Amino acid sequence: MANGATGIGARVKRKEDKRFITGKGKYTDDVRMENQAYAAFVRSPHAHANIKSIDKSAALAMEGVVDVLDGHQLTGDGIGNIICGWAVTSKDGSPMNMGAWSALATQKVRYVGDAVAVVIADTQQLARLAAEAVEVEYEELPAVVKADKSLAKGAPEIHENAPGNLIYDWEIGDEAKADAGLAAAKHITEMEITNNRLSPNPMEPRSAVATYDEAEEHYTLYTTSQNPHVARLVLSAFYNVAPEHKLRVIAPDVGGGFGAKIYIYPEEITCLWASMKTNRSVKWTADRSEAFITDAHGRDHISTAKMGFDENGKITGFKVDTIANLGAYMSLFSSSVPTYLYATLLSGQYDIQNLHANVRAVYTNTVPVDAYRGAGRPEACYLIERMMETAARELGMKPAELRAKNFIREFPHETPVIMTYDSGDFDANLAQAEEAADVAGFPARKAEAAKRGKLRGLGYSCYIEACGIAPSAAVGGLGAGVGLWESAEVRVNPVGTIEILTGSHSHGQGHETTFAQIVAERFDLPIDNVSIVHGDTDKVQFGMGTYGSRSGAVGMSAIVKAMDKVEAKVRKIAAHQLEASEDDIVIEGGEVKVAGTDKALGWHEIGLAAYTAHNLPPEMEPGLKESAFYDPSNFTFPAGTYICEVEVDPETGRTEVVQFTASDDFGTIINPMIVEGQVHGGLAQGIGQAMMEQVIYDDDGQLITGSYMDYTMPRAADLPFYSVHHASTTCPGNPLGMKGCGEAGAIGSPPAVINAITDAIGNNNLSMPATPQNVWNALQAVTASQAAE
Amino acid sequence: MYPTKYHKAASIDDAVKALGAGEEAMILGGGQTLIATMKQHLAAPSDLVDVRSIEGMVGVSLDGDMLVIGGATTHAEVASSKEVQKHTPALARLAGGIGDPAVRHAGTIGGSVANNDPAADYPAALLALGATVVTNQREIGADDFFDGLFTTALDEGEIITAVKFPKVEAAAYAKFAQPASLFALVGVFVAKTADGVRVTVTGAGDEGVFRSEALEVALTADWSEASAKGADVSADGLMSDIHGAAAYRANLIKVMAARAVLAS
Ligand SMILES: Cc1cc2nc3c(=O)[nH]c(=O)nc-3n(C[C@H](O)[C@H](O)[C@H](O)COP(=O)(O)OP(=O)(O)OC[C@H]3O[C@@H](n4cnc5c(N)ncnc54)[C@H](O)[C@@H]3O)c2cc1C
Repeated sequence: MANGATGIGARVKRKEDKRFITGKGKYTDDVRMENQAYAAFVRSPHAHANIKSIDKSAALAMEGVVDVLDGHQLTGDGIGNIICGWAVTSKDGSPMNMGAWSALATQKVRYVGDAVAVVIADTQQLARLAAEAVEVEYEELPAVVKADKSLAKGAPEIHENAPGNLIYDWEIGDEAKADAGLAAAKHITEMEITNNRLSPNPMEPRSAVATYDEAEEHYTLYTTSQNPHVARLVLSAFYNVAPEHKLRVIAPDVGGGFGAKIYIYPEEITCLWASMKTNRSVKWTADRSEAFITDAHGRDHISTAKMGFDENGKITGFKVDTIANLGAYMSLFSSSVPTYLYATLLSGQYDIQNLHANVRAVYTNTVPVDAYRGAGRPEACYLIERMMETAARELGMKPAELRAKNFIREFPHETPVIMTYDSGDFDANLAQAEEAADVAGFPARKAEAAKRGKLRGLGYSCYIEACGIAPSAAVGGLGAGVGLWESAEVRVNPVGTIEILTGSHSHGQGHETTFAQIVAERFDLPIDNVSIVHGDTDKVQFGMGTYGSRSGAVGMSAIVKAMDKVEAKVRKIAAHQLEASEDDIVIEGGEVKVAGTDKALGWHEIGLAAYTAHNLPPEMEPGLKESAFYDPSNFTFPAGTYICEVEVDPETGRTEVVQFTASDDFGTIINPMIVEGQVHGGLAQGIGQAMMEQVIYDDDGQLITGSYMDYTMPRAADLPFYSVHHASTTCPGNPLGMKGCGEAGAIGSPPAVINAITDAIGNNNLSMPATPQNVWNALQAVTASQAAE
Repeated sequence: MYPTKYHKAASIDDAVKALGAGEEAMILGGGQTLIATMKQHLAAPSDLVDVRSIEGMVGVSLDGDMLVIGGATTHAEVASSKEVQKHTPALARLAGGIGDPAVRHAGTIGGSVANNDPAADYPAALLALGATVVTNQREIGADDFFDGLFTTALDEGEIITAVKFPKVEAAAYAKFAQPASLFALVGVFVAKTADGVRVTVTGAGDEGVFRSEALEVALTADWSEASAKGADVSADGLMSDIHGAAAYRANLIKVMAARAVLAS
């Protein structure tokens, strides 16, 4: 069933790009309903305050203002609080302390941007002007923005039911064993490591268009979602907007998500409810400033870590203590990110027997924090890989050598933090990356750079991550409120063309191409005969959506399962009509044939036969359409080695990434071009985190980095031409052998960059982002300590 | 954005009339600052008077040894102008380093100078080169023009019609870009003029563009990289923000001055 040009492994150009690059994509903001009004939110200018009163009169008096609605009306109508769907239990057995989050605040605001009311008006401009005319009287309260300060005695309390702002105090691993391992160590490396707070910045800001049909008591929501079915479920089951069968959620073309579009935010809920209240279609589209203060942020950890080594460089014990800042409210999956998506990966690529991690999650007066590309795994990878590089320097070993000494080489491997790695060849990735990066030639390049007055450095990162999320029973046992399987339906039409209905959602990943490739390969058909349908709860069966690099390993596996069923039926029909044994049927070149004979039917004839049902095997149902749900048996474990080479200008601290080499193990690759694109994008985000991006609040909780004038996004000119390679092992856990590639670049790259810069400047004490000023300051510290000696 | 009324002025008279008639009328150049400010609801002009179609306000010419740049000439036009490249190449290079291509093709010299952003590039050039700002009412020397953060000697509704630059013996500009905005975190313009060495600094001063006495002294004594690096540049009076503390900016001033001298 070879299909070289468009099948598995082919660099097929993306089918969806024609509409994207010709400006014909259809995004939520392109949707225009009859009778459409616009929403604008009245937002808190304070990080922490009691709401004393809301005076709507001036806004209501403006011509063209339809209504001004507040949180009391919202809760009065029974709209439920926004919830976190993953219950994490503290180590003392107590449940996490989830504070109430109403889509429109009623008593208290807890971050700058918290919505207190919404204006519905005839135009967007009018809605925004009227929102300024709504007068809210606040009683300001002291605010806290930093995770460690939030835990300190006397910090302002943000939620009544979270004393000391603590959400949970959780642990994993065996502390006694980790302590013993450290006690037995010949050398201990100890570090304080922060993981900077990021704003996700998808190119398309969030948007919603909600329409209530009074006659049918039915709602339709167009929205920028990575998972429209999950949105519908949550809107229905928890927020009481409408029962599921009375609510249609459509996520049309979506311009990037990176996690920020997983969650169901106050704005979508409010638009739905407001469309019922006003009997108008209600549209809201964030501008960039609004995105900065409402899209869930990512990361924001403060950790201390200790790693012990024996005389041979083998790790004897590893202990981590982390405080995770979850912001003002618990977003949908926020609790799982610094626990099950983070601490479970702290074993890295290494055979560590004694490992313990403690994680405290806290509230602060900042935007809620949730999953952002990588979600927990970048935090783990950054921590381990900075520890390994620093330890190698302290031990006087080569960074590659120390890592190789500790590599896991037998699979399956059970870590002390509940993961079972299924496959991998870490030596192969390391060797491939070292060769491609010409590590051997580095000393010469460093010497040449020194002649030009530049400091050149080399840094490694050997990452592993867990994606393809996730086995439903496993995550259910850990507190997840949902299953994480995926669904597919394969519809062969009477003319033989194929529609794939998938619960995955593409917001830039290229599913319309890669998903079609596996179908074209399987049935040996032209790829143009296959189309992918996704993103509409009225068209597609329930599905879980796209995040956690799951659309390949989980979403495509569901398609494979459904194709198995279709193929079985095709064989039966063909065998019946061609009077042959099912086992002799081959599907090839657009035909269904009897092997070794000239008996054949066109693929389209099988489709027609199934639907005319004139001549089907006895008892067979007409039609050719099969569905499947696929629940993975394990996470998948992409891994690899990244090597970064930088040049630092010591006079200014300005750092240039001069070479970035990646060797990834993604298992089976369907479309190398798309996979490379995913790696490139991930690396750009990882280098962005390492060197440029950082959300900064002042002590009063005002967002300083609220626009691109202060929040640095990586630009093309800031990034090198990447050198991307693959050394793959097959994933044993799913039918295609895939591991997932969507997040690896963002997970693996930050420590490689920082390790390279710290190598160049000779100071391990450097935090992300390595802005010119931060690097220069770290260099001054080196000079000062040399002067002191 | 608040509603506003747009006028396309065909002449100075036209513009003056429209500016006088509007309740709170403002001059519109490339809109690269003003429109963004309006979108953020930080400015609410009743009327916008676009001066870019006014005869004579766009383009570069020579008046004897004097380079004359029309007040509505875009940064891209200045960067690519053969006259500018010949007369004062440093000025063309400075214009070519403002923001990004989209900004350079819309933003104008008049808008930039009138706005006097403490991190803008042009003010450093005007002040170092001893330029003259020509308005519809008078001529103002650069020394008297810049007046602290976002403040100039311009009266309300006064239109910059041109900026005149004398020819100098040597000039160069070195800029260290603020990573997010690409404005100057520190920009240093060095010039050997008829009045002696002038060194100006943008991006760093608490009160906007300024002349660095320390660097002028050092470079007057010895026009060299080493001399710039050795100058006694103090962090007092320098800005501190998330992109650079005063001490870091003080260091960058010396480094950029040295690089400008090297390029001169
Ligand atoms: C992303 C970005 C990056 C930038 N980077 C840089 C940079 O690196 N360096 C730099 O120097 N600048 C930078 N700028 C600013 C840019 O140069 C603007 O063009 C400039 O600040 C304003 O010029 P404008 O023509 O757009 O003026 P406008 O925005 O139209 O007007 C600005 C102000 O000047 C007044 N004005 C306009 N024209 C005249 C005139 N002829 N006479 C009197 N008053 C007038 C207006 O009333 C207004 O108050 C950047 C801007 C952006 C958006």
